[in-house]
Amino acid sequence: MKAAPVGRRALLKGGLAVGAGLTIGFQLPAMRARAPSAQSTPGVFAPNQWLSIDRDGLVTITNSVPEMGQGSLTTTTIIIADELDADWNRIRVSQAPADPKRYGNPVTGSQSYGGSRGVRDHMEMWRKSAAAAREMLRQAAAAEWGVPVDTVDTEPGVVVHRPTGRKLAYGQLVDRAQALAVPQNPKLKTPDQFRYIGKNLHRIDAPEKVTGRGIYGMDVQVPGMLVASVERPPVVSGAKVVSVDATAANAIPGVKHVVQVTNGVAVVADRFPTALAGRRALKVTWDLGPMAQVSSPRISSEYAALARQPGLAARKEGDVERALSAGGRTLEAAYEVPFLEHACMEPMNATAHVMPDACVIWAPTQNPGGTQATAARITGLPPEKVAVNTTLLGGGFGRRGEVDFIVDAVETAKAVGAPVKVMWSREDDIQHGFYRPATYNVLRAAVDGSGMPTAWSHRIVGPGILAQKGRMPANIAVDPAAVAGARDLPYDIPNLQVDWVNKDFGVPVGFWRSVGSSQNAFITESFIDELAHLAGKDPFEYRRALLGKSPRHRAVLELAAARAKWGSPLPAGRGRGIAVAFSYGSYAAHVIEASVVADGVVRVHRVVCAIDCGIAVNPDQVKAQMEGGAVYALTAALYGQITIDRGGVQQSNFHNYPMMRISETPAVETHILDSGAAPGGLGEPGVPSVAPALCNAIFAGTGKRIRALPIRTGAL
Amino acid sequence: MITLVVNGKPQRVDVNPDLPLLWVIREDLRLTGTKYGCGMALCGACTVHLDGTPIRSCVTPISAAAGKMVTTIEGLSPQGTHPVQRAWQELDVPQCGFCQSGQIMSAAALLAQKAAPTDDDINAAMAGNICRCGTYQRIRAAIHRAAALKKGGAR
Repeated sequence: MKAAPVGRRALLKGGLAVGAGLTIGFQLPAMRARAPSAQSTPGVFAPNQWLSIDRDGLVTITNSVPEMGQGSLTTTTIIIADELDADWNRIRVSQAPADPKRYGNPVTGSQSYGGSRGVRDHMEMWRKSAAAAREMLRQAAAAEWGVPVDTVDTEPGVVVHRPTGRKLAYGQLVDRAQALAVPQNPKLKTPDQFRYIGKNLHRIDAPEKVTGRGIYGMDVQVPGMLVASVERPPVVSGAKVVSVDATAANAIPGVKHVVQVTNGVAVVADRFPTALAGRRALKVTWDLGPMAQVSSPRISSEYAALARQPGLAARKEGDVERALSAGGRTLEAAYEVPFLEHACMEPMNATAHVMPDACVIWAPTQNPGGTQATAARITGLPPEKVAVNTTLLGGGFGRRGEVDFIVDAVETAKAVGAPVKVMWSREDDIQHGFYRPATYNVLRAAVDGSGMPTAWSHRIVGPGILAQKGRMPANIAVDPAAVAGARDLPYDIPNLQVDWVNKDFGVPVGFWRSVGSSQNAFITESFIDELAHLAGKDPFEYRRALLGKSPRHRAVLELAAARAKWGSPLPAGRGRGIAVAFSYGSYAAHVIEASVVADGVVRVHRVVCAIDCGIAVNPDQVKAQMEGGAVYALTAALYGQITIDRGGVQQSNFHNYPMMRISETPAVETHILDSGAAPGGLGEPGVPSVAPALCNAIFAGTGKRIRALPIRTGAL
Repeated sequence: MITLVVNGKPQRVDVNPDLPLLWVIREDLRLTGTKYGCGMALCGACTVHLDGTPIRSCVTPISAAAGKMVTTIEGLSPQGTHPVQRAWQELDVPQCGFCQSGQIMSAAALLAQKAAPTDDDINAAMAGNICRCGTYQRIRAAIHRAAALKKGGAR
């Protein structure tokens, strides 16, 4: 059952629809719907930066988390509306401006959104903010009626005096409530009082997304705007422009400017195809720098050589080497994963207008705070003079936390003195990304007489994302992003070591949906499967026996196995695999059924997912994230590979960097485990356990162990 | 000067005849619901109807649309109530939503040809549309739902 469909439609009629309210402001630069700020605005009750109510009872909720598909517009609204007891029919949502002091994530302090942090970092603060408002409305009504405050309650959009049944709408209480002090510790609802949380509410951005009305970064139009495209070097990093001959480019009708920017040479034109034509006509001489010596085979072989040396210890318990050399059975395997590009459906882009005393940016960004800071740095303006309008994002997945496309837009707009939209081609997007790190891994284990592990050693060789970006936490040697999903191995093994060899060839790396866990779970959950088979034990039972100290892992593992009917007979040729992983505050397990058909094509028949995200604010959207996470992960496992040739990316578009299609996609069955724990993430946790469950299924069906991704059908 | 009819409205555009239809739609006519995703007819984000047939506007020169009827997502139904759009909302298909205009145009064209498509029909008709958010299973369910809505008498 879906709740509140009426609300959505009712909202649409007014033109102040939830969602529509988000996009109205994009027509003109100054019209961006600013979040209401002043508690002092007459007739507007705004006890904090997250919500306001006007005299008509219209509630405006400010969402700070960019909408990249994860449903933040809806989820934020649900959380605030529930605690406020708002009428779902009388809400609009605005997207927060860049203003980290007011809108920053309360845990990180920044306005950069990744790590599946939307609900888990904000929920408590949003609930308190809304509860404070609700408390003030109750006080206002009690004063109006001259009754004790504990005799008044709320229903959606109204305060009710229980003994008499009298009612006052929130809009009628605005002026009285505005004069009250904001309570610092308002009483929160108990879960049984939730009106919207835990129900399946429709996405409030669906109407604009099925009609083409939604405004993404690419769709921004500003009066007088030019469109630019940046010619980028043939290597992924470190190149410099030696010379530019723009004669032919400038001769193309519609080409307005050619300007050198940090990331290359921008051709500024009246329209995008003209800018692309201008790029093709440029003659740029590059100093390619040391990257020109880097190719994927060299990366792999140097990784493998380095794996023989010890790395920095990320976790060390017991004495692994002694256990490994104790004379019992041991197993060693090498696992390798490639660089991956995010391939957001909307190629990178941003629009900027740099004026003498102000800068305005429209961007599909996960990082409004970083966007503001970047523009301030480039323009020399104070951050508060940089307005950032966060549009809808055509995918994020971590890619849009970077600010390279912001740099393109601000530098180009500054150079030409007009608003400029910089658009990337798909080729730019795939060839100039921030890739999931390629790594090489050596795993070693010793097992006892019954096949249970006594020692586990995992050595990871590859770059660190935080290390490369110069963002390592103080006094920490091991990049947390490099070892996530490996260091936190949940299995109870007495001698355990995880170490990391930092080897960075200069290929830009970044946060790719579930980051370290996306690859380390593949590696660890495949290797534990190898140990189960070495022991001759059922892979589900083997894991289960080792999860005594990790009850939430075990619970999702058991739920996935039960719902998938683990152990039941399968059609001939089909294998079933299982895997479990923790990431970003949530626990997920997958059971996958797959077969390898003629020509080595892998067919995925069934995906069963169990997820424990603590509290499921919008269960249907929890499922949507698991469905999408599975497709993202399967795409990577089956096809995903970025290779480097003399410093450049060999893939360029969807013909050689393919994506899973509808015809290949199995149904994903999601089962939510309601643990009642604190909220966990959802955008990322649906990814890590998918690739190992698939590869374990392939092993179960064919006896072939996949130790390198993507799955090479020729090897099967 | 090239003339064509877009969403029922006659249009005259003075552009290079080789210019892809996509950019005329987006940049000249300011209909931004149709998206650029790859420029090579690989992703389907730019799908529109040309005389009722779904095409990839990113590789279709404007000259090929001369004198023809183009329908974009904005023109699929006046109020956004085409059965496909209704089904898409009922099932909450969109995530980021960027590909969905193209998905919906492909699905609407399929339903215009086949009132009750099978899963195989859907696979064949929709395999050219990439959804990076992975909404495929909801797209499949929503097409079946749209078929039922249509059969029941679309508004």
